[in-house]
Amino acid sequence: MGQTLAQKVYEQHVVRRTEGEPDLLYIDLHLVHEVTSPQAFDGLRAAGRTVRRPDLTMSTEDHNVPTTNLLAPIADPVSRAQVEALRTNTAEFGIRQAPMGTRDQGIVHVIGPQLGLTQPGMTIVCGDSHTSTHGAFGALAFGIGTSEVEHVLATQTLTQRPAKQMSVRVDGELPLGVSAKDVILAVIAEIGTGGGQGHVIEYRGSAIEALSMESRMTICNMSIEAGARAGLIAPDETTFAYLQGRDHAPSGEDWDAAVAAWRELRTDDDAVFDREVVIDAASLTPYVTWGTNPGQGLPIGAAVPDPASFADESDRAAAESALAYMGLTAGTPLREISVDTVFLGSCTNGRIEDLRVAAELLRGNHVAADTRMLVVPGSVFVKQQAEEEGLDAVFTAAGAEWRGAGCSMCLGMNPDQLAPGERSASTSNRNFQGRQGKGGRTHLVSPAVAAATAITGRLTAPADLQTAGA
Amino acid sequence: MDAFTTHTGTAAPLRRSNVDTDQIIPAEYLKRITRTGFEDGLFVAWRTNEPDFVLNKPEYADASILVAGPDFGTGSSREHANWALLDGGYKVVISARFADIFRNNSTKSGLLTVVLPAADVEALQDACETDPTLAVTVDLVAREVRWADRVSGFEIDDYTRWRLLEGLDDIGLTERHLGDIDAFEAARPAWKPRTLA
Repeated sequence: MGQTLAQKVYEQHVVRRTEGEPDLLYIDLHLVHEVTSPQAFDGLRAAGRTVRRPDLTMSTEDHNVPTTNLLAPIADPVSRAQVEALRTNTAEFGIRQAPMGTRDQGIVHVIGPQLGLTQPGMTIVCGDSHTSTHGAFGALAFGIGTSEVEHVLATQTLTQRPAKQMSVRVDGELPLGVSAKDVILAVIAEIGTGGGQGHVIEYRGSAIEALSMESRMTICNMSIEAGARAGLIAPDETTFAYLQGRDHAPSGEDWDAAVAAWRELRTDDDAVFDREVVIDAASLTPYVTWGTNPGQGLPIGAAVPDPASFADESDRAAAESALAYMGLTAGTPLREISVDTVFLGSCTNGRIEDLRVAAELLRGNHVAADTRMLVVPGSVFVKQQAEEEGLDAVFTAAGAEWRGAGCSMCLGMNPDQLAPGERSASTSNRNFQGRQGKGGRTHLVSPAVAAATAITGRLTAPADLQTAGA
Repeated sequence: MDAFTTHTGTAAPLRRSNVDTDQIIPAEYLKRITRTGFEDGLFVAWRTNEPDFVLNKPEYADASILVAGPDFGTGSSREHANWALLDGGYKVVISARFADIFRNNSTKSGLLTVVLPAADVEALQDACETDPTLAVTVDLVAREVRWADRVSGFEIDDYTRWRLLEGLDDIGLTERHLGDIDAFEAARPAWKPRTLA
């Protein structure tokens, strides 16, 4: 029987396999940030251990960093202490660190690809569930907890068991204005937040193959919201073209050897998936979430659902509680929901292409009077690139706020938070209760829907702007 | 990690599905650099905003077993969620389905996660609602949960069970195989990226 792409990458990294024990899996790249690492470094010190491979480890500060007053010390003393701890720990253990303000600083899942550290066929881990992002390159990449961060720091390995295999095939052509974010929100709405549990998802099909690397990252990023620890896409010419010339991409003869190896990373024709999901790209429209888990999403043309319409009792209870928290009434068309804040950014949608799409819609338009829009680039490099292209001027002319790089309002560990009852349209990945600030209400959307929504102040598809002549 | 063999205590019913890690402990509590003291963030939004929240009820104040709806622990990889439950006095979480990372983290932090059939989870929720003082035993040796006259078996692989029973830390176990790691590293392609020059 043939192997899937994920099985091939997994098997290439098995250090040790013994009956009755989990496999020992080698880790090619370990990304570290300030939130999930301090206790791991303490553990190393307590046991007198060192970092086995600092040269396969990269760290940056992203979750806590403010996006304004970038040159001042971090005002929140607790956030500042956590960032300081990362700086001290990485210095002590000889790990490369990208501090605030430097070119390589940004959200870990943005800087790995940007630096060319994320490559096909690798195993990549980080103490962050959105590590699945790196699967866009055909890497097996997944989030781990702090105990496992310590394990990887000490041994460059993890104990693992093979996951089940799921195929999500998206065939056909996406309609204009429908993006990778809409695809993944539709997938999660289809299979549910637990649908991918125990599985690695491989995204396949002509609609996936047609996507840019950055769009592929958006899809793989939210695999965890479908319950899968990892999601990946077979590397192809698009992948190789993205990588060539980046800081850490191989060059010369190494490049040729690498590409030859990467071309082998495809699911065999006779491989068997444990579960297969098929989605028709042409049937998709912009998706938005109405509830408090990412599976509670619908096409933007739909209305807030009636909890009574859910057959499953636990789904019904979840819908009731979600509507109460979100302050929504069943039957309200989603397009009539007004938002206070639009957040464009995060490891899901904070890359240059996301900013370009939003800027194109905002050019010559203005953010609605009662709405604020925050634009937070995923990294300092993305910020610089956007500024070179003049996108910052488009955003500020439209009345949006142009901020520094970081995780920002995706999870509100820095001062960028929603106030209680405040409603956002957000390009991030989680609409959990209180995620963006205590009592905040989040609708997950694509960058295009975010920009269109900023202009009208209500949940809006980009195509609606043309119809309205805006 | 403390060893876990068998635990008897009272149980609290949390009849909610998709209890995500932001509900278990919100991000603002993750700024600490210590490994203990996370109980103040445990379910803090629900505890604060919902006076009737089940874990606010005095009869469940000493519960050490949480019996939750399906898809418990979805969302982030924060092990702080497991630490907060442990710091809050819980030894076991029972659910019909757990998020993968949460469950994996629990095997590293010593919080036992037990998957029971949905019907048994509901029966146990009913039982501890009827009698909050009901003694519930979670027996890792026998791989079963017992309450009143009910017995519900659960699956856990032999290796993880052994590790939890012995309270063994993974790093020490992996260090027995450093020779295998050295050999693997010697065979890695030279073009694989390095972060340092």
